[in-house]
Amino acid sequence: MAVMTYREALNLALREEMRRDPRVFVMGEEVGLYEGAYKVTQGLLKEFGDKRIIDTPICESGFTGVGVGAAMLGLRPVVEMMTFNFSILALDQIVNTAAKMLYMSGGQFNIPIVIRGPGGPASQLAAQHSQSMETYFYHVPGLKVVRPSTPADAKGLLKSAIRDDNPVIFIEAETLYAVKGEVPEDPDFTIPLGEAVIRREGTDVTVVAYMGMMYRALEIAEELANEGISMEIVDPRTLRPMDTETIIRSVRKTHRAVVLEAGAGFAGMGSEISAFITESAFDDLDAPVERVTGENAPMPYARNLELLKTPSKAKIAAAIRKVCYA
Amino acid sequence: MITKVLMPKLSEAMETGKVIKWLKKVGDPIKGGDVIAEVETDKANVEIEAFGSGVLRKIIVDEGGQVPVGQLIAVIAEPSDDIAGLSAAAPKPAAPAAPSSGTGGSPPAAPPKAAAAAPLPDMESYRSVPATTQVVPMTPTAAAPSAVAPGVPGGRVKASPLARKIAAQSGVDLRVLQGSGPGGRIIRRDVETAMAAPRPTATPAPPRPAAVPARPAFVIPPRAAAEFEDVPLSPMRAAIAKVMPLSKGPVPHFYVTSEVAMDRAGELRGELNALEGQPKISVNDLIIKACALSLRKNPGVNARLNGQAIRLHHRAHIGVAVSLDAGLITPVLRDCDIKPLSQIAVEARDLAERARAGKLRVQELTGATFSISNLGMFDVEEFSAIINPPEGAILAVGSVLEKPVVMDGAVAVGLRMKMTISCDHRVMDGAMGARFLQDVKRLLEEPLRLLV
Repeated sequence: MAVMTYREALNLALREEMRRDPRVFVMGEEVGLYEGAYKVTQGLLKEFGDKRIIDTPICESGFTGVGVGAAMLGLRPVVEMMTFNFSILALDQIVNTAAKMLYMSGGQFNIPIVIRGPGGPASQLAAQHSQSMETYFYHVPGLKVVRPSTPADAKGLLKSAIRDDNPVIFIEAETLYAVKGEVPEDPDFTIPLGEAVIRREGTDVTVVAYMGMMYRALEIAEELANEGISMEIVDPRTLRPMDTETIIRSVRKTHRAVVLEAGAGFAGMGSEISAFITESAFDDLDAPVERVTGENAPMPYARNLELLKTPSKAKIAAAIRKVCYA
Repeated sequence: MITKVLMPKLSEAMETGKVIKWLKKVGDPIKGGDVIAEVETDKANVEIEAFGSGVLRKIIVDEGGQVPVGQLIAVIAEPSDDIAGLSAAAPKPAAPAAPSSGTGGSPPAAPPKAAAAAPLPDMESYRSVPATTQVVPMTPTAAAPSAVAPGVPGGRVKASPLARKIAAQSGVDLRVLQGSGPGGRIIRRDVETAMAAPRPTATPAPPRPAAVPARPAFVIPPRAAAEFEDVPLSPMRAAIAKVMPLSKGPVPHFYVTSEVAMDRAGELRGELNALEGQPKISVNDLIIKACALSLRKNPGVNARLNGQAIRLHHRAHIGVAVSLDAGLITPVLRDCDIKPLSQIAVEARDLAERARAGKLRVQELTGATFSISNLGMFDVEEFSAIINPPEGAILAVGSVLEKPVVMDGAVAVGLRMKMTISCDHRVMDGAMGARFLQDVKRLLEEPLRLLV
C-alpha cells in the first residue's frame, strides 16, 4: 500500500490500464505535451507515445465524437475534459450517440468510452466553471456516472470504468487532486462500479455525501459526536447505477437521513436519493429526509459569496440536528 | 351501463336534500367511488360517491337545487348509451315543494331501513347510498370553497412512520401520546418513553375534582347599535328546532335525580391514567360504561315506543352529546356494554374530535338506544335534558364538585356528582328510572365493577 495523491492515483490507473490493454488510449486538450491541465496525464506521452496520448484541438464535440467512433470500432478511448463544464459542448455526442448506440444498433455496438475530468465547485472558478455536471448525465439511460472521493477510489474506479463496455462519465474534482491517501499498488486492484461505501459508521443518522461534501461530513461527524449524535456517512461513489441497497440498509439502522449535494438542489441527486429512501424505507423513518444543497443560483466569483452558495458546515449540522430532533 | 344518481337518504329525518356543489362537470369521466357532488342535509354536508363508472352525461339538479330524497339528480353512462328517456323524466331542480313520490320513499339499497323506492325501470344494478358519507363541515353558504374536505387536519394523529411501526408492535396507543417533534409530531422517542414509563406507584396521585378549565377573560362585548338582529337558522339549528318539540311536546318527560359519591371513581381514574401506554380515561367514559352496564340490567330503560309496542334494546349503543359552535351533535358509541373502558375512551375521544372537525360518518350519527349529555365542564351542578327521539331516556350529568359530606358522624370533604335521567313516561315509570340510576350510582361508587 502506497500513499499518493488523488492525481497520482488517476495517473497510475491510466498507466496500468494502458500497459494492460493496447486498445486503451487517451485523448483531449493538452493531455500530451503539456501533460494535462491538472497534470493527470503526466509522463504518459513519454511512456506511450503520440499514437496513444493524443492532443486535440479545442473542440469537445469533435474529439468526443472521434472517441465514440473509435469505441465503436473496438478501441477503448479515455477522453479528458479539461473541466467537465466543457462537456456541455459534447452533450450531443455523449447523450445521443454514446449512450444510445448499443440500444439503437440492436446490441451491435458497445461504446467502451471513459469521459473524465474535474467538475463541481472548486475555488473562485465562477459561474461557468463550478457546475456539478453529474446532474446532466445521471438522468440518461445508457450512461454510468462515477464520482470518486478518495485516491484509492479514484484508482480502483477508473480502472473499472476503462474495463467497462459501456460509456462511463468519470468526474473528478480539482479540489481533491492534491488529497493524499493510501492506494493499493496491485495492478489488479479495482473497485466495482455501483458499490457504495460506508466512510464512517454511526447509529443516529445516515448522511449520504460524495466528493467535497463527504469530507465536510467527516469533519461535522467529529463535532456532532461531542453532542451525542452518531453519524453514519455513506459515499455512493457511483451515482448511476446507484447502490441503493447500502444506503437503505444504513437508513434502516439509523432511521434518519440527510443528503448532501454541492450543486443546486432542484431535481438534483439529493431529490433522487431522498425519493428512493422514502419509497423503500418509509416505515423506518423517524423524520422526513432532509436535503442540504447549494443555493439555486449561478456560482458567484466573489469568495465570500461562493462560500454562501455552497452548503456550509453550519447548514449541514443544522439539518442533521433537525432530523435527530436534537 | 347507465347509472342513475339519486338524492340519497342520509338520515331518518331527511326528506329533501340540496345539491351544494357538483365536483364533476358534464363530460367528465367517472370511476366508481369518485366523489361527484356535495349535498346538504338538515344536519350536515355530505359528499356523494358515484356507484357506477362512465361519463357524467347529465346533471339534472343544478347547484342550489333542492329535491326530495330518491329523486334523480344526475346520470352516469357510457358516451354511447341513450339516456334521452331518463333526462325527460327528470323533475325540475330547485323545487323544494315538490312532493316526494311515495312518501318516505328512500333509494334502493340505502342503509338497513331502506324501502323500495319509486320504480326504476330498465335500470341495471344501481345504488346511490351516501357512499363514504364523509360529513364535511357545515357551511352557511352553498358555494362553500372547501370542496375538498379530506386533508383538512382533523383527528389525524401525526406520527413518524417509525413511531407508528414501533407503536403498533408494542401496543402503544399513539392517540394518547403527546408528540415532541415539530408541530407535535410523535417520534420514536415519544413512543419509547411511553413504553418505558414507570409503573404507577402504589399510592396514586389524589384525583382532583372535575378539572376546572383555565378561565377565559370575562369580557362583555360592546353594545350593538341596532336594537336587535335576526340570525337565520343554520340547517343544524333548524333540525334541532324541528325535532325537539316532537320530543318535549308529545313525549311526557319525567325526571329523577341522584347524587353519586365520585371519590373512588376519581381514585380509580387516577390509577388508570397513570398506567403507561394506556389511553386516558375521562369521567364521562366511566359514566358511559356504568350506564351501558346498567342498561343491560334495566332493559326497560334501554327502550323506546314503537307503535303499539315497546322495543327493548339488547345492545347499549350510547349517544354522547358533543357541543359544536353551530349546535349539537350526538355521535353514537356502539356496544358500550361489552367494550372495555380503554376502548370506550379512545372511541369517544375520536368521535368527539371528528364531530368537531365535521368528519363523522352518517352511520355514526344514528342508532343510539340511550344518550348522555354531560355539562360537567361548565361547572353545572345539575340540569335536565330533553329526550332525543326515538330514544326513551337521556342522562344529564353535572360537574364533580367538592362538597362537605357527613362520614361516620363527621363532616369531611367528598367528591359528588349529580345526574338526572329524563324518561319517556309512555315507556317506563319512575321506579324504573330510579332503579337504573341506583345501578349507575353503585357502579360509579364501586368502580372496580366497571373493569370486570
